[in-house]
Amino acid sequence: MAATNDKVKNILIVGVGGQGTLLASKLMGRVFVEDGFDVKVSEVHGMSQRGGSVVTYVRYGERVWSPVIEEGEADLIVSFEQLEAARWLPWLKPGGVLITSTQALDPMPVIMGAAAYPQGILPALESIGVQVTAVDALALAEKAGSAKAANVVLLGVTAGRMGYDRDKWQDAIRALVPPKTVEVNERAFALGYDAVIE
Amino acid sequence: MKALMLGNEAVARALYEAGVTFVSSYPGTPSTEITEAVTQYEEIYSEWAPNEKVAFEAAFGACTGGARSFCAMKHVGLNVAADPLYTASYIGVNGGMVCAVADDPGMHSSQNEQDSRRHAIASKTPMLEPCDSAECLEFTKRAFALSEQFDTPFLLRLSTRISHSRSLTELGEREERPLRDYQRDPMKNVMMPAMARPAHLRVEKRMEALRQYAETSGINTVEYHDRRIGIIAAGAAYTYAREALGERASYLKLGMVHPLPVQLIAEFARQVGQVYVIEELDDIIETHCRKHGIPVIGKLLFPSCGEFSQKTVREALLGEERPALRFEAAPIPPRPPVLCAGCPHRGLFYALKKYKLYVSGDIGCYTLGASAPLSMLDTCVCMGASISGLHGYNTARGTEQAKKSVAVIGDSTFIHSGITGLIDIAYNRGISTVIVLDNSITGMTGHQNNPANGLTIKGDPTVAVDLEALARAVGIRRVTVVDPFDLEQVRRVVSEELKAEEPSLIISRRPCALLKTVKHSPPLAVDTAKCTGCKACLQAGCPALAVRTDSEGKHRAVIDPVQCAGCDICAKICRFGAIASTEKGGDR
Repeated sequence: MAATNDKVKNILIVGVGGQGTLLASKLMGRVFVEDGFDVKVSEVHGMSQRGGSVVTYVRYGERVWSPVIEEGEADLIVSFEQLEAARWLPWLKPGGVLITSTQALDPMPVIMGAAAYPQGILPALESIGVQVTAVDALALAEKAGSAKAANVVLLGVTAGRMGYDRDKWQDAIRALVPPKTVEVNERAFALGYDAVIE
Repeated sequence: MKALMLGNEAVARALYEAGVTFVSSYPGTPSTEITEAVTQYEEIYSEWAPNEKVAFEAAFGACTGGARSFCAMKHVGLNVAADPLYTASYIGVNGGMVCAVADDPGMHSSQNEQDSRRHAIASKTPMLEPCDSAECLEFTKRAFALSEQFDTPFLLRLSTRISHSRSLTELGEREERPLRDYQRDPMKNVMMPAMARPAHLRVEKRMEALRQYAETSGINTVEYHDRRIGIIAAGAAYTYAREALGERASYLKLGMVHPLPVQLIAEFARQVGQVYVIEELDDIIETHCRKHGIPVIGKLLFPSCGEFSQKTVREALLGEERPALRFEAAPIPPRPPVLCAGCPHRGLFYALKKYKLYVSGDIGCYTLGASAPLSMLDTCVCMGASISGLHGYNTARGTEQAKKSVAVIGDSTFIHSGITGLIDIAYNRGISTVIVLDNSITGMTGHQNNPANGLTIKGDPTVAVDLEALARAVGIRRVTVVDPFDLEQVRRVVSEELKAEEPSLIISRRPCALLKTVKHSPPLAVDTAKCTGCKACLQAGCPALAVRTDSEGKHRAVIDPVQCAGCDICAKICRFGAIASTEKGGDR
């Protein structure tokens, strides 16, 4: 008998410090609260934010107890970077969905030549049966008007992949991003949403 | 109204609702956002203090003056503030006072994993521990009422998962608290032996009264489901247990973690089969139970190190392991945190690398200089220890060693507790060389203003500590300022100061690259015709720089124009002139 509250949905947002994972989780949290769910979002601040591997947990459902998501519990992983998708794979529930940006950022051991950046990450993930949705979030963000909006592109992809009502997310974007960036972010969200809806 | 708030934001909201008027803190992950969030409430005076001891004392002074007051710090910060805490506990309060202390199980951003409940016990100060943001708000408000009721400062124990998790929080209105009268009362407020002896007796009585409160007040709650397993837990550990075990266990959730109840626990133990204590870090609840003859299982099954989760509980109590997918196609290289592109610390560390110095390190972004490829730090202990530690090291090992060693310390850390070490060096005729990495901000905790940058917590202009004049005033005659991006200047000055047989202070001054006020130069680019693929530039350890194999199979440096801040360090390293500003027509 599984003890975990299986009615709770778990979304893991992973990436590299500085990529804007915190804004993504904040927006997501707001959408689920507006929809009447109990929500917990656990973030990383401080040292590991400086270009390190970062993870944010988003959980929603009727009643959420723990703020963290453990190995084998994530219904959805949203990765801002390919290598991070591979790193956090063990957190994906068997049958879960993995959304990843195709962006690749070398970590310091790779920059220094002490380690190699794995090649063929996406096919390797698919070969072990993971449902992967890969998008060039950076290109779509640039198309929307700013490379910095890649995080919101990925939110669009997530909402689209979940079949979530897009207006609710657009409302959250309008409420939470700086006024000057609303238009760029709305375009970025729509490009991401439409990329998986067609 | 309900809001999705960080635990830290909920504590700040509670300060507003509880009528607090004075907040003084020193930043420290994971506690920092409490005080940052306080600045939005105009009714509350807030400030960054030079260190946690000053913050605590200032808050205690405000409480003596009749205000409800507050201070926040991380776990190791409470060590710095321990001195006033232990005696404030004897004195008690006038207006209510709460000190929040945020532990960091798992050490996401800390140098140790100490358990602050030890300070509550040792200082005989009561401590509450919330398990989510709603309780952060509720418990903080309650702590103020209890502080006044029991005449004691209160500690609020937070942890990374409570401070940095968002959950739903019910907001209330502010209740104004008029300043209480101040009555001169040396028996209460002047702690000399004659006054402190009766004060200690009062403290012991107070702890007994608080224990009674813990038994009956409902701050500790019992929840019966399946009675074969009984769980005693507090804070985040309670949420992990509740998640993992659901209604397959009964729970005694502790909201007050010091003092702990006795009868309540004994009664719970009678009602259930086996009692398990689930607590991160030390075995404090478990030891308390054993002392009172209540048989429990705790650290036999649960570790004393690291952070727990529902998985920890599931595996320990149910023997249940979840299947997990593994990426086995290739090894996954780690991604440690690094100094940002354009970080001024990089220039300083790179310039010093070839001297093979003993580098006495400190706490801040520059601690990342310990990682490869810079690999520059020999030590890192606690705030301020770089300077005093270097003085001891050099005194023990002699003058010749002192000519091959430096201390590195940030501006905020220097003000926090580095200056006292510098006084030690000057006063005791040491000859050490100290480098202050002045980036005009408290960086690692996320950009807080500090006494050396001329801005208050709200960004208003104020006096700035003149570091050069301060060093001279304490007796350092050799004071020099360098630009860390000028590698030659750094090397020349450091060589001279190391040779000098008297103490020196070098200020490596350039603002943090992430400050909005800092204008970056255009990104640099690599001239692939000149680049030989030698990888010398990689020794800067810059995340914007890499060497890749081009279409002809040759190694060539590449620069990420999005990350590059144009600091020019890599261009100065390159012996072939292959890296240049894009403005000068480099090849993108």
